[in-house]
Amino acid sequence: MKILNCPLNGPRNISEFVWGGEVKEHPALDCTDEQWVDYAVLENNTAGVVREWWYHVPTAYWIIAERNTVTDEIIRTYPARELFKDRVEFPAPAVKP
Amino acid sequence: MVFALLKYGLNRHYPRVHQFPKPRDLRPSYDVVIIGGGGHGLATAYYLARDWGITNVAVLDKGYLGGGNTARNTAIIRSNYLTPEGVRFYDESVRLYKDLSNDFDMNIMYSERGHFTLAHTDAAIRTMRWRAEVNKHFGIESELIFNDDIAKLCPQLNLSDKARYPVLGALYHVPGSIARHDAVAWGYGAGAAMRGVDIHQRTEVLSVTREGVNGTGGRVTGVLTNRGPIACKKVIQAVAGASGQVAAMVGMRLPIRTIPLQACVSQPLKPFLDKIIVSGSLHVYISQSSRGELVMGGSTDPYSLYGTRSTLDFKEGLMAHMLELFPFLGNVKILRQWAGMTDMTPDFAPIMGETQIENYYIDAGWGTWGFKATPVCGKRNAEMLATGRVPELIQGFTYRRFHDYNQLGEKGAASVGH
Ligand SMILES: Cc1cc2nc3c(=O)[nH]c(=O)nc-3n(C[C@H](O)[C@H](O)[C@H](O)COP(=O)(O)OP(=O)(O)OC[C@H]3O[C@@H](n4cnc5c(N)ncnc54)[C@H](O)[C@@H]3O)c2cc1C
Repeated sequence: MKILNCPLNGPRNISEFVWGGEVKEHPALDCTDEQWVDYAVLENNTAGVVREWWYHVPTAYWIIAERNTVTDEIIRTYPARELFKDRVEFPAPAVKP
Repeated sequence: MVFALLKYGLNRHYPRVHQFPKPRDLRPSYDVVIIGGGGHGLATAYYLARDWGITNVAVLDKGYLGGGNTARNTAIIRSNYLTPEGVRFYDESVRLYKDLSNDFDMNIMYSERGHFTLAHTDAAIRTMRWRAEVNKHFGIESELIFNDDIAKLCPQLNLSDKARYPVLGALYHVPGSIARHDAVAWGYGAGAAMRGVDIHQRTEVLSVTREGVNGTGGRVTGVLTNRGPIACKKVIQAVAGASGQVAAMVGMRLPIRTIPLQACVSQPLKPFLDKIIVSGSLHVYISQSSRGELVMGGSTDPYSLYGTRSTLDFKEGLMAHMLELFPFLGNVKILRQWAGMTDMTPDFAPIMGETQIENYYIDAGWGTWGFKATPVCGKRNAEMLATGRVPELIQGFTYRRFHDYNQLGEKGAASVGH
């Protein structure tokens, strides 16, 4: 059984979590279609240490884990707020008259 | 035959056939370099040599021949996919498979079994009906059947409505088959080598050299390997789990995640199951090999990894569901287990054809479904390398579909939850 250390719930079986893929930088809201494909579809698929999203399902809690994708070693886990300090404001879409 | 039997039966030295010539030094240049000596790479070399007379070709593999996913799959061959692009493509592969033993003069143990995709929900029944109609439109034997017919065709299956997820119906595909996966790689490899292709094992491509690079474009001039540089006119990559890493050598980012897929076999049992049984909802597929072992697999691992370890979670999940379908297997033991690194695309369809680089081609995104495509990939990749034109049959698989917001949505793929 593989254990992932949840910053909220302590050490838990990894099967309680859902993997969310690598943490990528969100492009600007007015980015081009090509930049959006780059962000939403294309992958780094890194072999080595990566920063990833993980979700603890029973408590609906998103965390970030640093994991080695070759050895499957989990190096560090922490709450997403350590990386994402500011609230992202999405402006309301302009309403056409 | 009889005389040969007598002659060699009495002789202690049976003439050994050397299908693969001894490893040679790398030539300084080749017309075509194929990165990856799995089924896809070897088949490409075979058809290049056999159908197009192009033999100044090198197949480079960092490990041993056919030791990647080609050696690790559960060998299911079928064409009952969902998208028209997929159905036509896999249908050509099934046709090629049927002749392979003759083509190679070597038995690949192609065995037509009949393939059931079980449905446990109304939504699944709807998808099966959809798939059956698309399949029939393209002339493929495929139909939706219900429990009375399933019971006749596969009486071993537990069709009780007391199960946790009772079977409601199935997509039945008569041509569904299995074959000996290693023999497919050896047959293509031996056939290519016999016609003059160089197969270099333990030769890893470390980087790809380009000229006229402008962003991601330009032209490939050669590859650098751990055994030295090679100049070449054309390159194709067919490296499955390493697709992202090799594509990065030419500055390409792919919509591919490398995710392990595990499988296992049971101890050998007397033959009792001639059908191939798959359940997408239960994440189970099972067939009995000609040795009597039950070959079993489930869904891909829950997260990415460049590794081939096995996990307890996988076996627990798989067995719990499998015992619902075949409760009498409760005391049977697992004999071997393993994993392969699959190259998963978001739309479960492959990536084939040209790239932004003039003479660099790609064969990737084979995930959990690429063994059945081995012959058609070889044939069409060879045609593309020889003529410089992308065959119509594979045009839908271009990498550009991701940039055009035009993904395929192949819900007929196996080992993936839909
Ligand atoms: C457990 C499991 C079950 C499966 N079941 C089925 C099934 O039932 N039906 C089906 O159709 N498909 C199935 N698949 C998928 C199928 O096995 C693969 O899609 C297919 O074998 C891919 O073949 P390939 O030749 O492209 O890749 P591979 O056979 O993986 O060959 C790629 C080769 O590239 C080499 N390589 C990598 N990097 C480099 C480098 N830098 N330089 C040189 N060489 C390199 C590797 O050593 C490897 O030998 C399954 C896969 C797995 C793992």
